[in-house]
Amino acid sequence: MAKITYIHHSGEKKIIEVENGLSVMEGAIQNNVPGIDADCGGSMACATCHVYVDEKWFNKLSKSEEGEQDMLDMAYEPKKNSRLSCQLIVSDELDGLVVTTPEKQT
Amino acid sequence: MIKTDVIIIGAGPVGLFAVHQLGIKGLTANVIDNLDKPGGQCIELYPDKPIYDIPAVPECSGKSLTDELLRQIKPFKTNFHFNERVQEIKEEKGNWLIKTNKNKNFLSPNIIIAGGVGSFEPRKLPIKDLEKFEGKSVFYSINNKELFKNRKISIFGGGDSALDWALEFSKISKVTLIHRRNEFRGAPHTLSQLEQLKKTGKIVIKTPFQINSANQGDTLKSIDIKNEDGKIEKIETDIVLGFFGLIMQLGPIAEWGLNMTKKTINVNTENFQTNKPGIFAIGDICNYPGKLKLILSGFHEAALASVECFKRARPNEKFKFQFSTSSKDIQKRLGIKND
Repeated sequence: MAKITYIHHSGEKKIIEVENGLSVMEGAIQNNVPGIDADCGGSMACATCHVYVDEKWFNKLSKSEEGEQDMLDMAYEPKKNSRLSCQLIVSDELDGLVVTTPEKQT
Repeated sequence: MIKTDVIIIGAGPVGLFAVHQLGIKGLTANVIDNLDKPGGQCIELYPDKPIYDIPAVPECSGKSLTDELLRQIKPFKTNFHFNERVQEIKEEKGNWLIKTNKNKNFLSPNIIIAGGVGSFEPRKLPIKDLEKFEGKSVFYSINNKELFKNRKISIFGGGDSALDWALEFSKISKVTLIHRRNEFRGAPHTLSQLEQLKKTGKIVIKTPFQINSANQGDTLKSIDIKNEDGKIEKIETDIVLGFFGLIMQLGPIAEWGLNMTKKTINVNTENFQTNKPGIFAIGDICNYPGKLKLILSGFHEAALASVECFKRARPNEKFKFQFSTSSKDIQKRLGIKND
């Protein structure tokens, strides 16, 4: 279990307990967190689960693979701390993770 | 005006199998898809990725699945309308009048929406200022190369399309290639060509930069790009090209008065009809309790929807359930010769 904080670009915060093994994207979809679309269902094929990871957390995450960076090229306003939330798998180590959703996903 | 028993929106695997299920019942279908070829997400998103959960097919690719479905529906000689999107639908005496964005008109008692997550559209640059220049000096696909001769062209993107067009247009124009990170994704040959052109000054490369703004007024003259540290550079340009791949957008379907849940269409599980009689939704785009977004679920949905389509298209005939192993009718429609 990890408590994940999802901050909507409007500033609204939702803190969700997400089970280990699920992705940060699935944690959002299953709990109706707005701002994450995940059109492709987590197959790293669409870039609509794009999030900005809190700076304190960004370097603690496992590195993104090339395919994820390629998809982020297509995302709406990617930044240095951009990740696809479908590729962030929840574990106890991610307890306290904070992510912010972009202004829009497409 | 094209008259047909069923209009299928979407030529993905589920739309293609719907053609089969309708065809063996003797119904004609016309298939409309916004892409330029059949296959939908299977072809556009993952043509080479293996699929492991098609019954009796332990492993196949998106491409081979599409090819096999096309082979399976070959006997029905179906009309496909590619590069076209259904724009409007209107009820007319129990039939549906369908109009595409290319002003093609259809009349049919049935519409099957097998639209996946929506139609594929080019992803655009996230700057409002550029919208008014679209089609004049801002493009997301290339139709007429002549337009791009002796111009100042700024190309955005880091994938194959961006790189290929940058190389191509560097021969006839002044090209600046702008990408959000330092790495490009392209064939090794393309990347080495790019390096060469950069060295000889034939292409200017700006990384890691993204678009920031464009000039005001009626003519595009320059754009500002910004890097991660907030540094802004002005680039003189009269053409902007963006290659950020395709996104899926529901588009006009959302305005047809169908009951929806988020981006999916509510259906019953008896015949996958929506709240509008004669409009069905199958595959990833439909929603019902327990729905799984699997290709095999879409096949089942296609089979059941086709029965109701038959009843609506042939109101004076009785529907007879038949097996392909024994039905002479089905075998005849499939072009199978029995001795």
